[in-house]
Amino acid sequence: MQNTVQDTQKPRQGFASLGLDIRQVLMLGVLVVVWIAFEILTGGLFLSPVNLWNLSVQTAVVGITVGGMVLVIVARQIDLSVGSVLGFCAMIMALLQVSPPLGLGLSWVVALILGLALGVLIGAFNGYWVAYWGVPAFVVTLAGLLIFRNATFVVASGRTVAPMKQTFSLLGAGSIGAEATWIVGLLGMAFIIYQALGNRRSRLKHRLPVRPLWAEWVVNGVLILFTLAFVLVMNAYTYPGTNIPRGIPIPVVITLVVLIFLAWMTRSTRFGRYVFAMGGNPEAARLAGINVRRIMVQVFMLMGFLTALAAAVQAARLNAATAGLGTNLELSVIAAAVIGGTALAGGSGTIVGAALGALLTSSLQNGMVLMGIPTEWQNIVLGIVLLAAVFYNTVFLRNRRA
Amino acid sequence: MTPLVEMNNISLRFGGNQALNDVSVSLYPGEVVGLLGHNGAGKSTLIKVLSGAYQADSGQILVEGQEVQIKTPQDSQRYGIETIYQNLALADNLDAVANVFLGREKVRGAVLDEDVMELESRTILDRLRIRIPSLRVPVANMSGGQRQSVAIGRAIYFKAKCLIMDEPTAALGPEETRKVGELVKALKAEGVGIFLISHDLHDVFDLADRITVMKNGKVVGTVNTPEVSHDDVLGMIIGGVMPKHLPSA
Repeated sequence: MQNTVQDTQKPRQGFASLGLDIRQVLMLGVLVVVWIAFEILTGGLFLSPVNLWNLSVQTAVVGITVGGMVLVIVARQIDLSVGSVLGFCAMIMALLQVSPPLGLGLSWVVALILGLALGVLIGAFNGYWVAYWGVPAFVVTLAGLLIFRNATFVVASGRTVAPMKQTFSLLGAGSIGAEATWIVGLLGMAFIIYQALGNRRSRLKHRLPVRPLWAEWVVNGVLILFTLAFVLVMNAYTYPGTNIPRGIPIPVVITLVVLIFLAWMTRSTRFGRYVFAMGGNPEAARLAGINVRRIMVQVFMLMGFLTALAAAVQAARLNAATAGLGTNLELSVIAAAVIGGTALAGGSGTIVGAALGALLTSSLQNGMVLMGIPTEWQNIVLGIVLLAAVFYNTVFLRNRRA
Repeated sequence: MTPLVEMNNISLRFGGNQALNDVSVSLYPGEVVGLLGHNGAGKSTLIKVLSGAYQADSGQILVEGQEVQIKTPQDSQRYGIETIYQNLALADNLDAVANVFLGREKVRGAVLDEDVMELESRTILDRLRIRIPSLRVPVANMSGGQRQSVAIGRAIYFKAKCLIMDEPTAALGPEETRKVGELVKALKAEGVGIFLISHDLHDVFDLADRITVMKNGKVVGTVNTPEVSHDDVLGMIIGGVMPKHLPSA
């Protein structure tokens, strides 16, 4: 009767031994199909370096915020105020840095820091009502949607506030150049290898089961190839009339840093673990001694911070803040999270999945624009994709429970 | 000998409902006290006061002779009291390892030490001898017995002085129930005091040293198990009266 809890399951064979999330692999497959289809339909425009570079920039705003939304939804909440809060934070950052008489003419660093702090504060405000007074997040953030959208209008009397400080606008449209792109790429590859070796060594040391060696090679090899391809594409797009490569756009660097950090945080820290525990069984989390109210407020603060960060990127890219900036953004963010496998019932979702969801939605939009499809039809297609994704997830979860 | 836990004159009212009315129970080291009564008699409410899930309106809790304030589940855990709740209180979306350590994760710096937690979960669950093929699948996908052993593993890992088991065998088959019984005896031998709540009279007669019966939020009486019959205890549960031949123990 000894060792009854040993992994008595047969070692997983073939594909299963890769230890991958089947839904993420499937989504990657869908993404590949969509990209190839658009490449054919646009006569080779879609997969050109210039378009892929643009696509990566277009994904940035949703990409920055979607990880926060995953955590909000995993904790059984929702945030409908993302678009309005983005507009409001962008407007405040603009008013702080634009030259008088329209703005205060402060330095862009001060404007950015105050804008981020404002986002955190608004998040704390949302979270406070949800966590301490039990007001449904749907209502709290619906109120926020109204309040902050119209506050954006009020603080600037409906005007467009521009231009931003020159350094600030790099946040939206600048890029880091060829050398830095290579450095980032090589660091990324080194990190993938370091991570894989470290994990394997630790599990072997503790005599825990590991993936077969060939599976490690396949998974990490594919990741490294992706990184390399990304670097090459970003460096293949040059400044007009020159052969100087642009490299990775700064908003994309911000997005990648945010997503990698959040992916690490959800898997490897107590905070991430507790958010999932609260989503799975709030009562169990409370009885386990987790301060569920504080964690809830922190989740909304994180959402607020990311929204403000996205606001900086959005305003910088436009080089202006308008009263309508970010309108309906919450819907794109929620759609990306849900397409990426986040369950609205809470307790289930991944950052990687949501990032793929964001990339898929922006790819569809980008490709349809290239094909000259009208906006109305773009939105109809996105709606259908959303419905299909939710349907798939529902069926997937039901089959797994059965 | 000083009791491990004493709850004296505990009262708790939910709105118009007097859930606990001047309830007193005690538990000695290495002793199993069975708590019996109908649904709604107040057993689960009483142990939730001890585990920090509810706070009593009045009354006193002593741990090893010292009066203590238990306001949160953390307070209770700090005094060495661990609870296995009737509904198990597991996060179904997390795996066995995450559930065993929930709220008390092992970390290195800011990072969860998953490998050490997995190893120690395996050691502790081995002790329960309930087969769990993989500790890394969500507990939602596990059988009743496996989920139960995760909940028990969670409680015993942290070296409880006092263990509260609310219907620990409700979801289990006969073989698994027997294993939980063996575990209770083993823990008892180590000096752990156990409050055992159960509907199953056979279980309670088999394991408990004393039996406290509750009805309508009050204690009917506490008796020594060897001195009573099943019928005596049923009379206490249903009729709310002490057996004629006994004073309250």
